[in-house]
Order: sequence, then structure tokens, then C-alpha cells
Amino acid sequence: MKAVHLPRRLQQLGAAALLVAVLVAASGTVGSSAPAPPRRGGSLSFIVSAEPPSFDGHRETTFAVIHPIRPHYNLLVKFDPLNYPKVVPDLAESWTVSQDGLTYTFRIRSGVRFHDGSLLTSRDIKASLDKIIFPPQGVVSARQAMYEMVESISAPSPNTVVIRLKWPSATFLEKLASPFNWIYKADILERDPRWYERNVMGTGPFRFKEYVRGSHWEGVRFENYWKPGRPYLDGYRALFISSPAAQAAALKFGQALVEFRGFAPAQRDEVVQFLGDRATVQESGWLCNILVVPNNQRKPFDDFRVRRALTLAIDRWGGSRALSQITFMGPVGGVMRPGGPFATPEAELTKLAGFGRDINAARQEARRLLREAGVPEGFEFTVKNRNVPMPYIPAGIFLVDQWRQVGLNPRHVIQETGPYLADLRAGNYDVGIDFTCDFFDDPDVQLVKFVSSDRNPLNYARYTDRLLDGLYRQQSRERNLQRRLQIVRQFERRVLSDRAYQYHLLWWQRIVPHWKKLQGYKVGPSHYLEDLEEVWLSE
Amino acid sequence: MLRYVLARVVLVLPTLWAVATLIFLLVRVIPGDIVELRLVSGGAYVTREVIQQERVRLGLDKPLWAQYGDWIAGLARLDLGTSMWTGAPVSREIAIRLELSLQLALMATVVAVSLAIPLGVWAAVRRGTWADHLVQVFSVAGLATPSFWLGILLLLFLLSVFRWLPPMTFTPLWRDPVANLSQLIWPALAVGYRYSAVATRMTRSAMLEVLREDYVRTAWAKGLAERAVVLRHALRNALLPVVTVIGLEFAFLIGGLVVTEQVFNLNGVGKLFVDAIARRDYTLIQGLMLLVASAYVLVNVLLDLLYARLDPRIRYA
Amino acid sequence: MTGRPDALAARVWLSAARPRTGGRLMRFARRYPLAVAGGGFLVLLVLAAVLAPWIAPYDPLANDYLSMFSPPSSRHWLGTDSFGRDILSRLIFGARTALLVGLSASVAGATVGALVGVASAYFGGTVDLVIQRITDILVSFPLIVLAMAMVAILGSGTANLVVAIALSFAPRAELVVRSSALQVRHTTYVEAARAIGAGPWRIILRHMLPNVLAPYLVMLTAFLGQAILLEASLSFLGLGVAEPTPAWGLMLSGAAVDFVQKAPWMAVFPGLAITLTVLAFNVLGDALRDALDPRLRV
Repeated sequence: MKAVHLPRRLQQLGAAALLVAVLVAASGTVGSSAPAPPRRGGSLSFIVSAEPPSFDGHRETTFAVIHPIRPHYNLLVKFDPLNYPKVVPDLAESWTVSQDGLTYTFRIRSGVRFHDGSLLTSRDIKASLDKIIFPPQGVVSARQAMYEMVESISAPSPNTVVIRLKWPSATFLEKLASPFNWIYKADILERDPRWYERNVMGTGPFRFKEYVRGSHWEGVRFENYWKPGRPYLDGYRALFISSPAAQAAALKFGQALVEFRGFAPAQRDEVVQFLGDRATVQESGWLCNILVVPNNQRKPFDDFRVRRALTLAIDRWGGSRALSQITFMGPVGGVMRPGGPFATPEAELTKLAGFGRDINAARQEARRLLREAGVPEGFEFTVKNRNVPMPYIPAGIFLVDQWRQVGLNPRHVIQETGPYLADLRAGNYDVGIDFTCDFFDDPDVQLVKFVSSDRNPLNYARYTDRLLDGLYRQQSRERNLQRRLQIVRQFERRVLSDRAYQYHLLWWQRIVPHWKKLQGYKVGPSHYLEDLEEVWLSE
Repeated sequence: MLRYVLARVVLVLPTLWAVATLIFLLVRVIPGDIVELRLVSGGAYVTREVIQQERVRLGLDKPLWAQYGDWIAGLARLDLGTSMWTGAPVSREIAIRLELSLQLALMATVVAVSLAIPLGVWAAVRRGTWADHLVQVFSVAGLATPSFWLGILLLLFLLSVFRWLPPMTFTPLWRDPVANLSQLIWPALAVGYRYSAVATRMTRSAMLEVLREDYVRTAWAKGLAERAVVLRHALRNALLPVVTVIGLEFAFLIGGLVVTEQVFNLNGVGKLFVDAIARRDYTLIQGLMLLVASAYVLVNVLLDLLYARLDPRIRYA
Repeated sequence: MTGRPDALAARVWLSAARPRTGGRLMRFARRYPLAVAGGGFLVLLVLAAVLAPWIAPYDPLANDYLSMFSPPSSRHWLGTDSFGRDILSRLIFGARTALLVGLSASVAGATVGALVGVASAYFGGTVDLVIQRITDILVSFPLIVLAMAMVAILGSGTANLVVAIALSFAPRAELVVRSSALQVRHTTYVEAARAIGAGPWRIILRHMLPNVLAPYLVMLTAFLGQAILLEASLSFLGLGVAEPTPAWGLMLSGAAVDFVQKAPWMAVFPGLAITLTVLAFNVLGDALRDALDPRLRV
């Protein structure tokens, strides 16, 4: 075993060469599997299918306000756009929650500037949250009812905000992360609390550039944005295009790269076929659904047998297959989003009336119930629906067809949204078609629709059920997840099946085709959560 | 002549006032509540007090005659009020869309006139022949074809054959003529065809009337080339009723293109009208209807003045 | 008939407008071949509408999720739509809606307008002035604008649609009829009749109406075509007949436009139906006008 000794210089060179070779090999493999780093630059054009009625996120409830205007603002805490349902810091750097769950203390970032250059302090945050939770006279706050548990908000120091609750709420942070809770400037709010309805002044990644009504909304990068390196985009342009055919066309010909709400399957197919590998499609469940609402105060729908018959007649599983081809309806589910954290497992779901797999048996049962309740064959009633082509009108057409198959004769009445809402609220209808759309999975949010009509004026079904109200309150205060789920199941059984007050038709499926060069975007179950901060264009 | 012009112009004011009053009454009969639509349709829970406050802010709590008074007073100041939905001045909302609608109307008129006059004259001159029948069928078909269906077919044609679609957003002509024209030429064609049908028929019948006149026969007898006779003498005299028809139809194009704008996704006055009605935005609806009616009144006045200029008998009536 | 001037005038007028001998129809047919074709088409259309439940191959409301978007084939001659409904059946039943809405709306509108026009012409004075002012203003709106406002006021539904379209036509009818009625109003024999104490109804019925009849009929046929177009436009906008009722304009909206490349038959056939029907009415109206009033003949 005679050691071979290379001259020292050669040894060093050899070691160096080996090191370099190893490094090159390593970087080669790493380089080929790691995603490209975000590229800075470029302007994103995207489609919004409706226009914002005002510029104030606190008072509006439509996505048409989120998509073009949210990029001008920050929230206190927000949902991670790439990682739903994680709540991450936005203007709040960090926070602590007291043991009893009644006090939330937020540490506010320093050095955050508004677009006009002024510094953000806790005072601005308190003023904005006060406007949302304790709105002054004459100011509309659309989500005020969600924050009933808040007792007070205080700003003891320029970078601390403390929120005290009356009772603990397991999902308070998520509620605070509502994408509509934009942080405004306190000075402006003091001067004129309605200023934000027609003006924009925030701390967000993009400054307001221009808004041409009926045409587009434009924003440009805010150079002094507090998050280093963001936003990647130079700017964005929201194009207001309402017709689905025109939207598909705009996407196909590159006039826009994406539409952030959701396409129907036909539009998706058109776009994908045309663009080939220049486009990709992201799909996910959607926190929206269609509800069938019988008027519980009107004959014969005050008889629970009739209501039950109506839900039994609907072939949800078959309908899901068919309707998911022509609309963006699809998943079958109960009160909580199917595929979400609180979803009812299928084995239990199929036990509910109308959710079973054997449609023939269900329809026979429906006919029997109708006979028992004294409803004659060919009984005529009206189904009131909104004048919106997707997916309401197809839902109406489908329902009419389903009920005809148990010998009923429904008449589809389509109204414009104004008169339709007025009729629903006044109880001037037989059966109505309603919807819900929320921004995150939480029984507090999804179940509130079904509590007694005198407690929630948005429950158009016109019934009072204190047992239900009690169950709602119970689950809201329950901090143990398993027990909470059980109560939610109980609630669901009672609403959809035992009493059949009102019931879901189908939940929606979110289909977002977009150009591959749009990166840093992940589709989630809510179209309200779209956030341009992490988005970039790859070429 | 001047007195006639002045008299005619002065008469416009009470006419417009009557129009405005009628419009106000018509619009306010429309049921519905914009406040509820705005605040509640998204599914938000808003208290009754807030809804009431909003109504006060929009002036909807005042008695009807007071709202009417406000509006008329505003009109006297040339102020059309503010849109109840967006809070922006009605005149600004309309002005943004008017650019597109006016351009579209003008382009459709150009299409119509360049089709109607030659075809109408040709058909009148070749009366009774296959040419005449062809033109008649062409124009009758134009009246029968729904222009929005024609628009859909045009889009289908462009998509299938050329795999191309017009731009979705409007760029003003002076900023980018190519983009502008490539968007508007197709609806202009779809609308222009129908428009030309009306004008062709009128041209043809007016020409036939004139061709029967003695002085035309005289000109013919003089031995001038047939074409010169037709074009120079007959057409000029036939032009008056044709211009009338073209003018009146043009007035209807502003705001009358509701459905075509839907098909081509144009941000025009028609689409604004549809939205305003859906939202029960009373002030905007009133402003739009006033615009449309005023266009018609204006065109009528202009036509009257034109008639007076060309036909002395009328001036001194 | 006695030799009273009114009856004589009417007879002379009406007879001058019609060729006297038999074979009237044949002469009409030879003169206006296009109108005959149109008339024939309309007869077929009416037959199809009446016999719809028997001749339509499928139930127009039946959804068939296994045959969505099928192209024209031996099973579905004109293809199916986004719900698998047979387009041919929907067209045939749609003829019912078109004819029903078209006919009732135009007759109602023309008649209301005619009555107002005749009354306005007869009474003259302030009544005439006020009615004229209002009518002039109403006529200044495009039909679609007026119809949309009416639908907004009255609400949705087929009955309301008919009323809305009728009311949109009425002002135009009033203008046409009034000018015809005025021509008669100031003739000597009407003045004479008034002088001898003839009541307004007699004058209106025996003198004015016959004179008004021809333009009324011509106008009616023009309205028929336009009413069908208007109904199609309103349904296209979602303001007319509601799903799932088959109606030609409704069949053209929504899915037909969205899927126009994938399933062009959804848009082509309903539009063709509308065009041909309106065409038929228009040609018939033209021929009628030519036949009834030689003065207007071109």
C-alpha cells in the first residue's frame, strides 16, 4: 500500500476541480427542478364581469369591487393567497391571543406609507375597523353583523391595536381577514366617512391610475410599498366585459390573461382548445351554491311533506353530471362546502332527503308524499328566479324539468334582480331560487343563512325555528372541533331533511383558465380572495 | 328665413320641457328600489335605518313633485343630475358612451347611404327588371333580418373562417384608428344593412316619383345622356324625402342599438340604458331618455330647416 | 243602397281599389308572386303553430342530458341545444309564441292607436293638440327603448310583454291613422253630415273608418313583422318570454351566443325563422298596400 502523492499544487487543483464539478452537478440538478424566480415587470390585463357600484369595500359585497380595487389596499391580516385557509400577517406583523380568547393584541408594522406619502399608524387601523364594526350614522357596513362579538377596539400605542371580544370566537381571526376589510386613512375618515365611496387612498401594492366607466380600471406599482420586492407587476388593467362569449374571446386573443371569478365549462373548453399549451386551467371547489327556497308560509309549502317531496324529486347526482358540463355548478353538498374542512362525508350526506343515490325510489316517495298532502296531479306553481344567465337560469330550467317528473307543473318566472328581491323579501312567491357566496369555510358564516327568518332577514324561506337558532349559537361558541362538527351535522339534518325548510341544489365549481405566463396565482374556493401581491408574469 | 329659423329654434324649448315632463312621469312609474338593489342584492344584512338614510341621500324620500322640480331646475342649468347608482354626474356617464355610439351611428349611416343611394337609383331606373327585383328582395330582407342575429352570424363567420375576433375594448379613433375601426366596422355593417334597407326603399320610390315628372322627360327629350339626366336632375329632387328618412333613422340609432351592443360587447349608450333600467337608476334613465328624445327633436328641427332652405313655399307658411 | 253621398263615396273608393271581376286572386298572384310566396309561408306557419303538439317530434321542454349540443341528424333534424332539447320542436312551438305575441300585440297596438287617432282627428281643437304633442314625444323614442321602459313598468310575463309591445306601437299607429282620418274630416260631405246633425259615431264609423281602413291594414302587417322582431329583441335581452318557454328570440340568447362556434345550429335556425316570418309579413304588407291604394303604388 504505497500512497501516491501528487505534487501539492496538483493536489490543490484536483480538489478545486472536484469541488467545482460537484457544485456544477449540484446546481445543474437543482437548477432544473427549482421553479424560476419571480420576474419583475409587465402589466397584467384581466377581466371583471361587472363594475363596482362604489369604491368602498366596507359597504359593498360584490366581487366587482374586490378584483379591480383591492390591490390598492392592505388588510390587518389576510388569507394567504397561495395557501388557503392560512391567515397571514398583512399590516399586522404579529399578534397574540389571550388565554380566555377574549383579547387580541396586534403589533402593527412600521414604515408603511399611504400612496400620498403619509405614514400608517394604529390610529388608521382603529378608524377603519371602527367604521366596519361600529359604523357611524349614515355609513353602511355590509358585514357589521359578523362582528357582533367585538366589544371594543383600541390603539394604545402607534404600533399596537387591541381588540376585545364579548365572547370567544374560534374563527375570529379569519373573520377579521375578510377581503373587504380595507384599511383606510384615519384623517380622511374623520373629515368625511363617505369619501372612500368615490375615491381611492390606501397602502396597497398598486396606486390608482384611472377608471373609465364601462371600459377599464387601471393601477400602477406603488414604488414605496412596504413589502420589499413587491409587487412584481408594473401595473394592472381590469377590463369590464360582461358577456361570456366576449370574455372567452378576450382571453383567446390575449387581450386579457385571466378572469378571476370563474368560467363555464364551455368557455374553458373554447379557450383551452384555442390556446393549446399557452394556457392552463386551475379548478377548485367554490364557496357558492344555489338554494331552493319554498315559501314556508304559503300553501301548500307550509306542509313539510310537500317541501320534502320537492327536494326528493331533484336528482342531484345525475344533475351534477349534466349541469357541470354546461354551467359551473357541480359538487353535491349540504350546508358546508363539499371538499372543504367541514364537509359532510358522502355516507352521511346520502341519508338526507334528496341526496340519496336512488332517484327512482326518491321520486316515488315524493309522489306518495304529494298525494298524502292532497296536492293534485299537475299542480301549478311559480318558481321565481333572477334574470342572470349563469347559473341561475339553467338551474331554473333544470328544476322545472325535475319537478315535472313527479307530476307537478311549475312555471318558471324570471325577474330582474330588483323586483325578484322585493318579492322574495315580501313573501310574494311560491318557490324561489336563491344563492349564497362566502369568502371562507366557517359554519358561522354558512349556517347563518338558515336561522329563523326573524333573526336573519336574508333568510327568505319565512320560518321560525328556535331549536335551529339554539344549535347555531351552540356551534358558534363551541371550541372543540369534533363537537362542533356534530352540532353542525344536526343543524344540517334538521334544515335540509327533517323539516326541509330550504335546501341546496348544487354547489359551484370554480374553473379558471389562464395564460401560462400568469404565475404566482393559485385558485382557491373563494373568488373574493384574489390578491395581486404575489402575482408575476413569466415573459 | 331668419325669422323662421328663430321661431323654429325657440319652439324647441317648450317641446323639450314637455318631453322632460313626460319622461319623468314614465320613469317614475317603474317599480323597484335602487337602494335595496344596491345594498341588499349582494346578500348583505343592512338595517332599515341605513336603507332609509340612503334614500334620503338620493332624494327619494321627497314627494314626487319636489323631485320633479329638482330635476327640471337642474335641466335649466344644463345639469342632468347624478346617477343614483354610481354618484357620478349623469352627463359624464353618458358622455363616455356617447363617443362610441355616435361613431357607430355615423359609420352605420355611411354604410347605409353608400348602399342605398346607388341601389335605389339603379332599381328605379331599371324598374320592373331583374335588377329591380333583386334590390327589392335585398332591401326587404334587410328589414326582416334582426340586426343582432346578423351580428352573431358575422362573429361566427369571423371566428370560423378567419379565427379572429374584433377587439373587446374601445379605443378612440384618434388614439388608434386601426383598433377602433376593426372593432366598430362589424356592428356598423350589421346595423347598416338594416338601415340601408329603409333608405333604399325610400330612394327607389322617391326616384320613381321624380322620374315621372315632366321636366325629367323634358331633359331626356333634349338628348342628354341618360345617366346625366338621372343623376343631376332627378336625384337632387328625390333627395329630400331620402334625407328625411336617413335623418330620422339616424336619430333612432342613438340608444336604439341596445341589442347590437350586447352582441358585440360595446360600451355604448344602449348598454348603459339596459344597465340603468336593471338598476332602477331613475336619474340616469331620465337623462338617457331625454338624450334620445332630444336627438330626435334636434334632427326634426334640422330637417325642417333644410326643407325650408330647399323649398321656399314652406318658409312663408 | 240609397244614393246618399257617404255610402256612395265609400263604395266608389273601395271598388276603385279592387279589380272587379272574379279571378281576383289569380290576378293578384300574378302581379305579386313574392307576396304569394310569403302568404303561403305564413299559412304553413299558422298550420304548424296550431298543429304543434301533433307535428313536433319531441316535447319542447324535455331536457335530454345525453344529447346536449347534437348537430342536425336523423334523430334531431335541426340539432339540440345546451339542455338536449330538440330545436325543431322548439321552433314549431316557438311559432305559437311568435304569432300569438306578434298578432295580439300588433292588433292591440294598431287598434288602440287607430281609435285614438280617429278620435283626435274628429274632435280637433285642444284635444287634438294635446294628444298630438304627447304622441309626437312618444314617437321620438326608438321602439326598443319604449318597449323596455314598458316592460320595466309592467313586469315580466307574456301578457305584460304583449301590452308593452302594443303600447310601443300605439303612438305610431295614431300618427298614421290620424292623418288619414283628417283627410276625410275636412271634406265637404262630412261637413255636410255634421251640418244636418249626424252624431259623432255615425261620422266616425261611416265616413272616417272606411278611409282609414287601408292604411290601418297596411300598418298592421308592418307591425306584425316588427312586433316579432321586438319580441325577439326583448327576449334576447332577457326581458321578454322566459325560459323554458320556447320563443325564437329567447332561443338566440345566452347559450346560443356562448356556444356559437361549438353548436352554430342553435343560433342559425331561430334567426332564420324570425327572418323568414318577418319577411313574409313585410312582402304581404307591401302587396296589400299596392293593391289597396293605387296612389301609394310604386
